Amino acid sequence: MARELWKGNEALAEASVRAGLVAYFGYPITPQTELLEYLSLRMVKLGRAFLQAESELAAINMVYGAACTGVRVMTSSSSPGISLMQEGLSYIAASEVPVVLVDIMRGGPGLGNIQPSQGDYFQVTRAAGHGDFHPLVLAPATVQEAVDLVYLAFDLAEKYRTIVIVVADGNIGQMMEPAEMPPMRKVKKDRPDWALTGADGREHRIITSLELGAERLEALNLRLQKKIARIRQAEVRYQEHKVEDADILIAAFGTMGRISQTAAEMARAKGIKAGVFRPISLFPFPDERLEELSRQVSRILVVEMNAGQMLDDVRLAVGKDFPVEFYGRMGGVVPLPDDVLEVVERIGAELNDEQR
Amino acid sequence: MNNAEEKLVFERPRSLTDAHTHYCPGCTHGIAHRLVAEALDELGLRERTLGIAPVGCAVLAYYYFNVDMAEAAHGRAPAMATGMKRANPDKILFTYQGDGDLAAIGAGEIVHAAGRGENITVIFINNAIYGMTGGQMAPTTLEGQKTTSSPMGRDISIAGHPLRMSELLATLDGAAYVARGSLHDPKHIRRAKKAILTAFKVQQAGLGFSMVELLSACGTNWKMDPVEALGWIKDNMVPYFPLGDYKVTDAVKNL
Ligand SMILES: Cc1ncc(C[n+]2csc(CCOP(=O)(O)OP(=O)(O)O)c2C)c(N)n1
Repeated sequence: MARELWKGNEALAEASVRAGLVAYFGYPITPQTELLEYLSLRMVKLGRAFLQAESELAAINMVYGAACTGVRVMTSSSSPGISLMQEGLSYIAASEVPVVLVDIMRGGPGLGNIQPSQGDYFQVTRAAGHGDFHPLVLAPATVQEAVDLVYLAFDLAEKYRTIVIVVADGNIGQMMEPAEMPPMRKVKKDRPDWALTGADGREHRIITSLELGAERLEALNLRLQKKIARIRQAEVRYQEHKVEDADILIAAFGTMGRISQTAAEMARAKGIKAGVFRPISLFPFPDERLEELSRQVSRILVVEMNAGQMLDDVRLAVGKDFPVEFYGRMGGVVPLPDDVLEVVERIGAELNDEQR
Repeated sequence: MNNAEEKLVFERPRSLTDAHTHYCPGCTHGIAHRLVAEALDELGLRERTLGIAPVGCAVLAYYYFNVDMAEAAHGRAPAMATGMKRANPDKILFTYQGDGDLAAIGAGEIVHAAGRGENITVIFINNAIYGMTGGQMAPTTLEGQKTTSSPMGRDISIAGHPLRMSELLATLDGAAYVARGSLHDPKHIRRAKKAILTAFKVQQAGLGFSMVELLSACGTNWKMDPVEALGWIKDNMVPYFPLGDYKVTDAVKNL
């Protein structure tokens, strides 16, 4: 397929259709709405299920229901909507049914605003609902990467019977970029052996998140933890830009990873050896690689569109003795390469002083 | 003794498992389960039915119904059933919900499922109380009724009025069949069975949303013996929640 100009939200929607999406349930919220709007036509024309739910609470429970029958299903929303979905996400995690969720983040807390933000990092990686679980979280930096990751998300969700969240800020949802669509996959006819399909010629199946006995619930939790350990082993994804000889390493995800790359190039033009480490999987966080890199750079600068959330993961990865700096903006303010460069230059100057 | 051939007059419906239920003595959940199971058997639907258990005393209903079942979050069964049905239009979907589940925390989901004419069947157990959590006030608790969270009796000036869900949902165009029955005596149990059969037939024919509300006893939390509790349904609940069909569309009449 040729590269075409796609709006991020619509590209995410089309890529999901091509991944074999059977059912979509969602609720309008800026800056995600085009995803829902696109599917309202596309899914119906293909004879697949599309429904605008009465709330995100209903949407995620519709998704939960469809997921119990073993079909590819997704929903999408933005920050306040994800908060409402937390109940369902926790039940889905405990029930171990595959679900794909797209979060196009906006400014918070509260109603916040509709400007781009990365303020849901904690929510999607650590606090997607009550109890011990982590969704698998993927953060694209371009429209093309959004397409590729959401296409992959359905396979990962099924492989691990887990929630996969594709998380991007409003920039990626709203902007237009050239992207190439993946091939159209057939909708799978066969259902997995745990799916609810009707007890025809077999024992009846039950999908529940309830385990009344302490030992049995602990066993379920241990199973979830094992799965998380497998995911940590196999699903770490990141991208590096000129890290080999870097003195200052900028760690940033999504849009900020991209802006930081421009800033790093500008810094290099001024003789400062800067590189960028961009986690693509926010959970599992690429902590081993970051720890490795911390041994060859002098400083790490974390740049985010929030008050410092991924910063915690970076600190956990490199330990408390390694100097980590942070630059972040909130409320929908998107730092420009110049803003990041200023911080890099300041750090560069400090490092020079130290060496003198 | 005569040697006439044995004739089977009573057996467990295939749509029920042989598990022992955890319900209290005198609880009518068991009767409601049996009626639903008999209806599924009689209509030959068991093998393509998916059920959804609520959060409430019937939370473990998935052990008792011998059909594929999922457990919903409190109140969300109609949304879950919607998702299942939309992705699998050939399946028969039922939710089984208490009054706290359906009329309080899940009021939004049930209204919209009915409004959309979602092709699912809802079995709604109205026992005027929160059974599972130990007898707190429900949206259906009657004025003056004592519960652990209305210890002096439900005070309308504080808690407002009980909700009549069948009447409310019957006003929605998507609702094809809405009926209220009661489980307090054999005559009404037989009628309830007929209503449940109709509800599933409505779904089979794709006519839209169907719901059967069943007035039910909760002797334990009402602090009554089983017989007293059945009497209390008749004397106190039926007058406030009148029995009958609240919505029967023409298409349903012609079934
Ligand atoms: C979100 C949430 N809130 C509260 C509860 C606690 N809870 C469990 S069952 C229940 C009430 C159930 O009452 P009802 O629906 O009337 O069913 P019954 O037990 O009477 O059959 C409540 C409040 C819960 N499980 N989840």
